[in-house]
Amino acid sequence: MELNENEALKPPDASGRFGDFGGRFVPETLMPACLELEKAFNEAWADPSFRKQLDDLLADYAGRPSPLTDCPNLSELLGCRILLKREDLNHTGSHKINNVLGQALLAQRMGKTRLVAETGAGQHGVATATAAALLGMECCVYMGEVDVERQKLNVFRMRLLGAEVRTALSGSRTLKDAINEAMRDWVATVEDSHYCLGSVMGPHPYPWMVRTFHEVLGSEARSQCQERLGTTPDVVVACVGGGSNAIGIFSGFADSPADLVGVEPAGGAAVGRGVPGVVHGSRSFLMQDEFGQVLEAESISAGLDYPGVGPEHSFLAASGRARYESVTDTEVVEAFQLLSRLEGIIPALEPAHALAWVSRERASLAGKTVLINLSGRGDKDVDQILELLEKEGRA
Amino acid sequence: MSGAVEEALRARREAGGKSLVIYMTGALDDDFETTVLAVAAAGADVIEIGIPFSDPVMDGPVIQEANEKALKGGATPANILSRLERLDVGVPLAVMTYYNIAAHMGLERFAQSLAKAGVSGCILPDMPLEETADWAAAADAAGVETILLAAPTGDDERLTAVCERSRGFIYGVGLLGVTGVRSELASSATEIARRLKNLTDLPVLIGVGIGTPEQAVEAAAAGDGVVVGTAVVERMLSPEGPEGVAALVKDFREALNA
Ligand SMILES: Cc1ncc(COP(=O)(O)O)c(C=O)c1O
Repeated sequence: MELNENEALKPPDASGRFGDFGGRFVPETLMPACLELEKAFNEAWADPSFRKQLDDLLADYAGRPSPLTDCPNLSELLGCRILLKREDLNHTGSHKINNVLGQALLAQRMGKTRLVAETGAGQHGVATATAAALLGMECCVYMGEVDVERQKLNVFRMRLLGAEVRTALSGSRTLKDAINEAMRDWVATVEDSHYCLGSVMGPHPYPWMVRTFHEVLGSEARSQCQERLGTTPDVVVACVGGGSNAIGIFSGFADSPADLVGVEPAGGAAVGRGVPGVVHGSRSFLMQDEFGQVLEAESISAGLDYPGVGPEHSFLAASGRARYESVTDTEVVEAFQLLSRLEGIIPALEPAHALAWVSRERASLAGKTVLINLSGRGDKDVDQILELLEKEGRA
Repeated sequence: MSGAVEEALRARREAGGKSLVIYMTGALDDDFETTVLAVAAAGADVIEIGIPFSDPVMDGPVIQEANEKALKGGATPANILSRLERLDVGVPLAVMTYYNIAAHMGLERFAQSLAKAGVSGCILPDMPLEETADWAAAADAAGVETILLAAPTGDDERLTAVCERSRGFIYGVGLLGVTGVRSELASSATEIARRLKNLTDLPVLIGVGIGTPEQAVEAAAAGDGVVVGTAVVERMLSPEGPEGVAALVKDFREALNA
């Protein structure tokens, strides 16, 4: 059954704006590439052979559809019915593969031979390295020095997959700076490289294109909920870094009565603590100082350690269709352990933010059905948590 | 109606010379004012003052380092502009910064504060043609020249449209890449100069990747002049002081005059 065409999430206007947010604030050198990419994406998306190629890879290589899992133990503890959309079970361990397979196929179709990517937690970098290996493309991933240290496992995975990992040493040495370096690389290599951006951010057409590639997870979740519940859930919750896993799941329920909740880290709450600003190609909520200098985020989760957010989330926040909450690192570490212990599922630190919010809000959620996007698995985080718990004498 | 930047560059061209625009990071240290005056005295036709931004995606490592140093030293858009306002430089000034610095202050307020500080032109390297309208309206109203970049990746139709909207001069990007010195001048530098000269009567200046007087002469041959940034900022970061910076600018000036 075809359930929805995501009526409530509209494409941006011709300038790439969702309301007041978005646009294309890139160096003139990159503008022709953005225009070319938009055209190529439109053509590919309208081409049944491209769609089939992507669908086949999503099914046979990435393992889609991902299951919907009921959590009886956690539900009993929290007093609401918790369902998880299991993006952690995708090949490479997160939702990131949906977008990457789409972009890599598109890049190949455009005649590009090299993929450039940024990564925070390393999940997008691993997914990009994987697609590059599969399609025989060169791959270069930028990662902040802080993240190279705390996500060592993923650095090694990328290298195993044949990618070059370059350490970003500027600024906060996290995701923000990895994006700066990736954009600088792209300015120099735009003729044969495609910038495989990992979230619903950057200049148009990225926020819209990346959302479109992730709509598959939202529409799957919609039909799975329909089958399991006979209706839509009351609340849909996802963590928000740039916002790709969140927009993916929101896209499946935007035209339903469900509450849509994005959860940001307290130290990287672009919507919660930011004001509109322009960085990395688009206008969106952004944590900045009184002069417009971008602030450094501070979060335990490398994938959410970012002072900005994708422009469509700013639009959803401003229009009131979704709301954005934040949780602390301490709450996240608790939630990480809670799901592991109660359900036998070790989540990544990023979706542990969504779990942490649900756990904290259990009183107001009592009796409701809550769908959480479990955007990735926690293998990559086990080292970091072990170290932290040992330090606190709790391991 | 043309502004002070365009007038200075046209005058240089009409006299049969090649223009030299010097970029320097604003409020890098206590020598800021002395350095600006020394650069003007050494023969710059226009001085571009960088207002540092936390995330300068068009800049290579040297200008990034200068940005960070200036920010750590407390540089803000307002204090750079008020320091410039008190100076009598003798050559036109332009500001180079990123869009968010202008947007955060408010585009109109930013444009007006440039004019008040005696700054004639403005370059926002993360503002492509498609995003120019709001800023250009504010800049035009304040009498500030919006200098646009023209890149080797643009086709002639695009370059023509960029030249039409640019004021002061057209900034031809000399290579595919960010600011920084290269060992050789890219062939794209002379090519973009030649293409732009065929499309516009505005002064055509080539920047990005011009690190030595020899490279400047080569790039200027096909256009009307050059913008030199990283080489100057590198000197500013060295212990050689304003005199060292002035000596370098003088080398460029003399090479272009020869
Ligand atoms: C598992 C997982 N979830 C979420 C994110 C955050 O990205 P986004 O907000 O685009 O979903 C990351 C980023 O690294 C991730 O690895």
